[in-house]
Formats: sequence, C-alpha cells, structure tokens
Amino acid sequence: MLDRREFVARLLKDRGDLMVLTGLGTATFDVASQGDNPLNFYIWSGMGCTAMVGLGLALARPDRRVVVITGDGDVLMALGSLATIGAKQPKNLSIVCIDNAVYAATGMQPTATGAGCDLAATARACGFKQVMAPTDIAEADTLRPLLHSGPGPLFIHARVSNAKHERVIPTRDGYGMKHRFLEASGLKAMF
Amino acid sequence: MADAHHSSEHADWPDRIHAVFKKYNVRQLGHVPDTGHTRLIALCAQDNEIKDVVLTSEAEGPGLVLGATLGGERAALLMQSSGVGNCINTFSVLQNCAAPVVLIVTMRGEFNDFNPWQRPMGKITEETLKLCGFHVYRVDEEKDVEPVAAAACDMAYNGNFQVAILLSQRMINRMPGAH
Repeated sequence: MLDRREFVARLLKDRGDLMVLTGLGTATFDVASQGDNPLNFYIWSGMGCTAMVGLGLALARPDRRVVVITGDGDVLMALGSLATIGAKQPKNLSIVCIDNAVYAATGMQPTATGAGCDLAATARACGFKQVMAPTDIAEADTLRPLLHSGPGPLFIHARVSNAKHERVIPTRDGYGMKHRFLEASGLKAMF
Repeated sequence: MADAHHSSEHADWPDRIHAVFKKYNVRQLGHVPDTGHTRLIALCAQDNEIKDVVLTSEAEGPGLVLGATLGGERAALLMQSSGVGNCINTFSVLQNCAAPVVLIVTMRGEFNDFNPWQRPMGKITEETLKLCGFHVYRVDEEKDVEPVAAAACDMAYNGNFQVAILLSQRMINRMPGAH
C-alpha cells in the first residue's frame, strides 16, 4: 500500500505548467498540501464530474498536459465517463485515481473497490492507452514523466493506505479559481 | 411517410441552430442522442471545428462544459428532457464557477408521446432547470428557433449564464414510437 500524500508529492515534483484538477474529497487535500498553484483547480461539488472536466479541458488545450487527481469514490460515481474518455482518446489527459477503498471524508464507509472492483481493469477495458498500477512508492518517479509526455489517455491506479494526514483545505471560490486558471494558462480572463 | 420516425431530419431548424453555434464560436458539444436531435448531432459531428463528445450519461455534460471553459472554449449540450433529471447535481459546478452553457432540450412526455412513462420527468423539466439556475426559453414554433438560439448564445457566452432552450414535442413532430 502506498502512502497517498508521498505518492502525490512525488508525482507533482517539478510539475512545470501541468494543469491539475482535483475531485471532491481527500485527493484535493493531497494536492493542496503540495502548495497552492493557479494551475490547480479544485472541484467542490458535482461528485463524479472530475474526469469529465479533465476531458473538456484536454480537448480545449491539446497543447497542454492535463492531470486529474481524484479518489475511487469520485471515479466510481461516474464510471461511464471512463468509457466516454476511452472513446475520445485524448492524448494529453491523465487520470490518477487515489484508491483507499473507502469514503474517507464521510466516515470511512467501504467503496466497491474494496469488494473487488478493479478500476485499473475498468480503465483498460474502456480503452485507456496506458494503465499503470504502482505498488511501490519509488514507481512514482518513473510515472512522473508520463504525466508530462506519455501518450494518453493514461490511467494510474494507486492503491493507498489510510494513514492519517493533515486536511489542507484550499480555496473554495470557483469563480475566482476560474479566472486565475485562465490567466495562468495564458488565456485572458475571457469569461 | 417512409421515414416518419425521423421527421426532424427534414426540418431545417437543426441547420439553423448549427449556424448559430458557428456564429457564436461553440467549439465543444456534449450530447446524449434523441430522435429530435438526430440532424443537429450529425451536423456538428461532421463539423471539423466542433469537437463532439458522446456522453454515456447526461450527468457527464456539465463537467465537460466546465473543462471547456477552463480551456477557453465555448461548449453546448444536447439532451432530451429525461436527461435533465440526470444532471441536477452536476449542474452545480456551472453555477459555482459561472461557466456558460447553452443546453438544448428536446421535450418528451408532452404531446403525442407513445410512452406515458416519459410524462413525470417531462412535466418537471422546465421547473427543474429553473431551480438549477438556468434561464429557460421554450420554443413552440419553428420560426422562433433561430432568434431564440441566438439570444441564448448571447446571454450565455457574453454573460456567463446557463441558458436552456426547450424544443416542444409538438414542434419536433415526434411520431408515435420514436425515442
């Protein structure tokens, strides 16, 4: 079992201009713990939609790399979106699923992944170009370059422990995040 | 009529909506099929400037729209009225981020629909959209499609609003048995 915070920290090391979207739940705290960044976009509602936000962004910005970092609960809530992404084959999109097999934010109730649902196999069946399931923390260092240049869509399925970590809560201002994201990504605040 | 189930293919309102999308530089289109949307979906799928995304559930649409917005592109959604109910929670991301969208809904359960089970969702579609923060315009006559679509695009993309257009089942002239 991987330590989720160390795994995310290693993946985001020297991230450069990587665009990072996070799903509702503990994955947001993991990313925020590595420092706020205008190219981070934290999604605080609409559970299940994170992967699709990644697809819309990846299609709009084929010149950039997009990474979705989210939990198994968020992915399970919209499994169909993996099929949608597999059908579109966005080369610049990666999904990192931090799978702790529980809904950690609501009291550690078990998710389907603990009962046998294999999200890596699901992503493979949906047509993701590359699917990785690291079991050793050191693998984060070999996966990191794939986020920046590997052919996507890429799915990284990280089974993690439930070690406690600090809740690092970033901004919840969606309107403000949108504007800073557009500016930091080289677009005028056009919306 | 040999092709009565697809009468909308012979009407030109889908062409007019497509032209409005082009005028307003809509670049992404998420959709779940409906007989009434057949021609508009085909027009957009053939259009190299519009990236069309077939959704497995309408609930995926608002996420796609937010992503397009963050990437500087305008997005629209097509679905039938039953799909609106699937989106209630994910619509929230659009309000939370003032992400613009034009949503075109073909109505079910209101006129000559062979399937009475469409009635409960069709009956509450307009109110549901309003409760979800949408400005809603209903179109009953073909002549109104183009001006309403243009007004909706102007309001959405120049004002960061969520705007829905309901195309009445009578206008679409859905034939018994069509989905």
